Amino acid sequence: MAAEFWVVVEHWRNQVSEITYEALALGREVADQLGVPLRAVLLGHNVKEMAQSLGKADSLIYVDHPLLSEVVPETDAEALVQLVKERKPRGVIVPLTNVSLGVGTLLAARLRLPVANFCKDLKVVDGKVHAKSVLYGGKMESMVTADAEPAIFGLWPGARKAESGRIDQSPPVEEVAVSLREPPIRLQRYIEPEAGDVDISQQEVLVAVGRGIQGRENLELAETLAKDLGGAVCGSRPVIDQGWMPLSRQVGKSGLTVKPKLYLAMGISGAPEHTEGMKDSALIVAVNTDPHAPIFNIAHYGIVADVLEVLPALNEAIASKKGVDRHAA
Amino acid sequence: MNILVALRMVPDVVEELEVAPDKKWLDLEFVRMVLSESDDHALEEALLIKERQGGKVTVLALDAPELDDALFAALAKGADRAMKITGAEKGVMTREAAHILARVISNEPGLLPADLILSGTQAYDDLDGLVAPLLADELGLPFLGIVTNLQADLSVGKARAVKEYPGGVRGEFEVALPAVFGIQAAEKPPRYVPVAKVRAVMKSQKIESVPAPAMEEVGLSMIQVLEMMKPQVSGHAVMLEGPPQQVSNGLCGILAERGLL
Repeated sequence: MAAEFWVVVEHWRNQVSEITYEALALGREVADQLGVPLRAVLLGHNVKEMAQSLGKADSLIYVDHPLLSEVVPETDAEALVQLVKERKPRGVIVPLTNVSLGVGTLLAARLRLPVANFCKDLKVVDGKVHAKSVLYGGKMESMVTADAEPAIFGLWPGARKAESGRIDQSPPVEEVAVSLREPPIRLQRYIEPEAGDVDISQQEVLVAVGRGIQGRENLELAETLAKDLGGAVCGSRPVIDQGWMPLSRQVGKSGLTVKPKLYLAMGISGAPEHTEGMKDSALIVAVNTDPHAPIFNIAHYGIVADVLEVLPALNEAIASKKGVDRHAA
Repeated sequence: MNILVALRMVPDVVEELEVAPDKKWLDLEFVRMVLSESDDHALEEALLIKERQGGKVTVLALDAPELDDALFAALAKGADRAMKITGAEKGVMTREAAHILARVISNEPGLLPADLILSGTQAYDDLDGLVAPLLADELGLPFLGIVTNLQADLSVGKARAVKEYPGGVRGEFEVALPAVFGIQAAEKPPRYVPVAKVRAVMKSQKIESVPAPAMEEVGLSMIQVLEMMKPQVSGHAVMLEGPPQQVSNGLCGILAERGLL
């Protein structure tokens, strides 16, 4: 059997995830550089029609099984174990998102294969796949290579543009059966986010606060700014975990993806988990005490300073520009 | 309820990080090591479960700079037993670290049977695998990650775990115990423990030292770091400089120009 390069298709709640197209765009480049076909692997139940947008791949393996209707890492990994063992691809891209986290590591562990996580780029050098991984909250990158094949690549969002990996035609589909056991883990229900709060994904201006805001009592400064700019406040993970803001205001991996006209990142370092949710904002302004904070790599304007000093000054400056006398109000 | 929490020390990314002279990994000589953030949440979740339902919490970690402080802090917060695994090769990556942890969990008296084994869902440098699924694989247990709430019912041998999905959606799972969970965030922020209490614990309690078992399998990681570097960026923000008032006025001008003010 000719060797292939594989991409595992992520889908969730009846939709192919954006990262699948990103992975296909990247996988296409790697497969071409290796001179092998690109194969997409779709695991699920009654989702064959999803192949319709996966035309970037040369062919597709479809595994239909009732136990694959929701991602349970060990069940998905078990299905992949059987496929990888039999077909021996050169490498496998597995998305590293909240939906798929754990699948790649388990697959690698079960088959004693190498896994490289947090990949944001792959390229072929002298016939071997090299991965560029993002480490330490975006402060470092490493080039890694595997000593054995197939290697599993845990892909982070944003490696390629999703639109470059989407082709609306179905590749040839091969249906394959696997045998799966009832897993000791079962999804009981989804819990939807609480409704009623501001929908931050619909705001034109967002004032986002991170660890640099230091305490709940300082949120007022950000709220004043948001109000004067006609927007809303939102936050990065640490602020939500502290309970200073509801989950509905979280931007990033577990939260929402936003694309406002203006995103003011106040005391946010810019870890990849956060930036994947806001990097496409039209104008990004960042304030952080750390001049090396990764947020400055994607911001349009930056200020190295303590947000607790900048926020009052900025509120004052905006008030005077707008002719608002806050003290009289 | 017997709860194990696997902890790991990682470089504090708030500090300036430098690449080592061999360009393969961080220069660890001057970095400050801190408890990995999601591990801190795993510890908190374990303590909350213990407070709710009773039981025993054991924390264990591979030796690292500042580890004793983190382990004493865990004891001061309410952990019952703290173990430091010594003698492992310096700077082992996650896959070998998880292997060593799994060996210790299997071999040391009193650790198994455990009902819950917790770890942070992900650390900054989990380059060659994530701890929780690696432990689950080695111990032959179920795994669920990105967990933010965990309720165990030992009478039926099951736990109810809430996992985060994108967009603020969460999923409620039923998990047969024992199982390994990667904790993203505890139900409450990790508790604060006064220094005086940690000092008192240093006098009254001990950290157990356990030698790392010999590795039967070498080259477990199977990945090689060719080079580590600071990110090469395609762009960088235009920096506004000056005292707060001056940068604020400058920023107002930029926003006004774009019709945002």
